[in-house]
Amino acid sequence: MGYSTGLVCRVCGKRYEESPLYVCEDCFGPLEVTYDYEFLGRKFSPETISRGPKSMWRYWPLLPLQGEPKVGLEVGFTPLFHAKRLGDALGLKRLFIKNDAVNHPTLSFKDRVVAVSVSKAVEFGFDTVACASTGNLANSLAAQATAAGLRSLIFIPADIEEAKIVGTSVYGTEVVAVRGNYDQVNRLCSEVASQYQWAFVNINLRPYYSEGSKTFAFEIAEQLGWQCPDHIVIPVAGCSLLTKIWKGLTELEELGWIPKNKARLYAAQPSGCSPVATAVKNGWDTIKPVKPNTIAKSLAIGNPADGLFGLRAIRQSGGYAEDVSDREIIEGILLLAKTEGVFTETAGGVVVAATRKLVREGRIGKDDLTVLAITGNGLKTQDALVGATRRPSTIDPTLEDFVALEEQKERRQRENVSLG
Amino acid sequence: MSVLVRIPTPLRRFVDGNSILEARGKTVSQVLGDLSQRYPGVGERLYDGGSLRPFINIYLNNEDIRFLQGEGTAVKDGDVISIVPAIAGG
Repeated sequence: MGYSTGLVCRVCGKRYEESPLYVCEDCFGPLEVTYDYEFLGRKFSPETISRGPKSMWRYWPLLPLQGEPKVGLEVGFTPLFHAKRLGDALGLKRLFIKNDAVNHPTLSFKDRVVAVSVSKAVEFGFDTVACASTGNLANSLAAQATAAGLRSLIFIPADIEEAKIVGTSVYGTEVVAVRGNYDQVNRLCSEVASQYQWAFVNINLRPYYSEGSKTFAFEIAEQLGWQCPDHIVIPVAGCSLLTKIWKGLTELEELGWIPKNKARLYAAQPSGCSPVATAVKNGWDTIKPVKPNTIAKSLAIGNPADGLFGLRAIRQSGGYAEDVSDREIIEGILLLAKTEGVFTETAGGVVVAATRKLVREGRIGKDDLTVLAITGNGLKTQDALVGATRRPSTIDPTLEDFVALEEQKERRQRENVSLG
Repeated sequence: MSVLVRIPTPLRRFVDGNSILEARGKTVSQVLGDLSQRYPGVGERLYDGGSLRPFINIYLNNEDIRFLQGEGTAVKDGDVISIVPAIAGG
C-alpha cells in the first residue's frame, strides 16, 4: 500500500530495491528513499491529508512503509503556536514555536524517526533494534522498541546526562555506555552493524529512519495553513533534521500542496561543536570534523553525517548558520521559559540564542514569518541549569514566617529602587 | 610496515569476503594503495579521480586520520586501519 519505490544513491544515482541497505556499493554515497510522486499526487491532497489522524501518520503516503505503522501511532502533530512574548523579546512580530519538547512518547523529535524505523524493522523481520545516541534517540528507541515487543541495544557516550540514561534504562533495554564521544560511539556502531544482524536504526535503517524527520516540516506547513514560513531556525548535530526539513518542504512544493518552498534554513550550533556553522560562515565546501566540548550534549556530534547535504540545503535556501556559547545557551533556555512557559533542553537554548544573533545581524526581519524548531525537553537536561535558576525561599509553616519573607522582599525592592 | 585493515561490508565482495586483511606501506595512503593493487575493484570504490571519496572515513587505530596528517599519516607495524562508511548516526 506504500508509495515508496526503492532507494537511490544521493551521489551517483544508482538505484536499489528496498532493503536494510544504507551505503551505495559503488561510491559509499548515502541512500535515500524515493516515491512515486505523480501517482501519490493524484490520490492525495491537503484536504485528504487534513482528514487523517492527529499524528505524524496523517502524512503516511510520504513515509517509507509498505504496511500499517507497527508502533508510535500517537507520535507527532505537536503544537505550533504564535510566540508573542518571545517575539517581543527578540523583536519579531510573527514568531512561531514548533514544540516537539512535548512529543509522544519521549518528549523529543526523535519519536518521529523511531516510529518510522521501528515499524520498518518489523517489516524487514528484525527482532533486535539498536542505535548510537546522544540521549534523545536512546530514550525513544528504548520506549518504542519495548512497545513493539522487540529487543533493543543502545550505545551512548558514557558522559551524557543522567536523566537521559535513566530515561533509557527504565524501559528494560540493554544500555552500553562507551568511554568516548558520540563520534567514537557511532564509528563503533558502524563496525558492530557490519558484524551483527540487527536493525541499527540510524545506520543500516538510516534511509527510512531519517524520512520521519520530514513530518516536522509537513506539520509546520499544514499548521500555518499549507504555507511555507520565511525562516526556520534548526538545531544541528548530524544535520539530518535540517536536510529532511528541506526535503519535506521541497516535496510539498513539488506536489503543489504549498505555493513555494521559500523557507530559509538556519543551522544553530553550540560554539563548542560547530562544524556546520563554521563551514557556512567560511564558505567552505567541506566539513572539517571537530572534537566536541559543549553543554549541549545532544548536539555534540563533531563529524556530522549529513553535514555536506545540510550545507547545500542551507545555501540553496538562502539561509545561514550561527553558533552560541554555553552561557548564551543557558540564557536561551531561560528566555524561552520565562516568556512562553516552555522548558526546552540545551538544544532549544541553542536555537533561541542563535535566533537572537540572526535578528541582530539583520538576517531575519521583524515582520518575517519565523519558526523555531524546539526539538527536546528541558526536564532531561536540568544538570545544565545548576546555579542558573533562583533557589526557593525556605520557611517554617507559620504565617509569621511568610509575612516576614514578604516584608524582606518589599524592603529589598525599595532599596533597589532607591539605588537605581 | 605490515598493518591490519578492517574492510567494510560494501568492499568485502572484492576481497573474497574478508572482514580484515593485512597490507603493507609506510603511510595510510600507501597501505590503501597496496590493497587497491592487490584487489581489483577496491581502488575505484575508495577513490574518485585520485582523492578519497567524501563519504568514507579512515581511522588509524582509534583516530580519524583527519585529526592526524590525513592520508600521509605514517603507520607502524601492528597498527589497525579501519575503513568506515561516513553516513551513520545523528
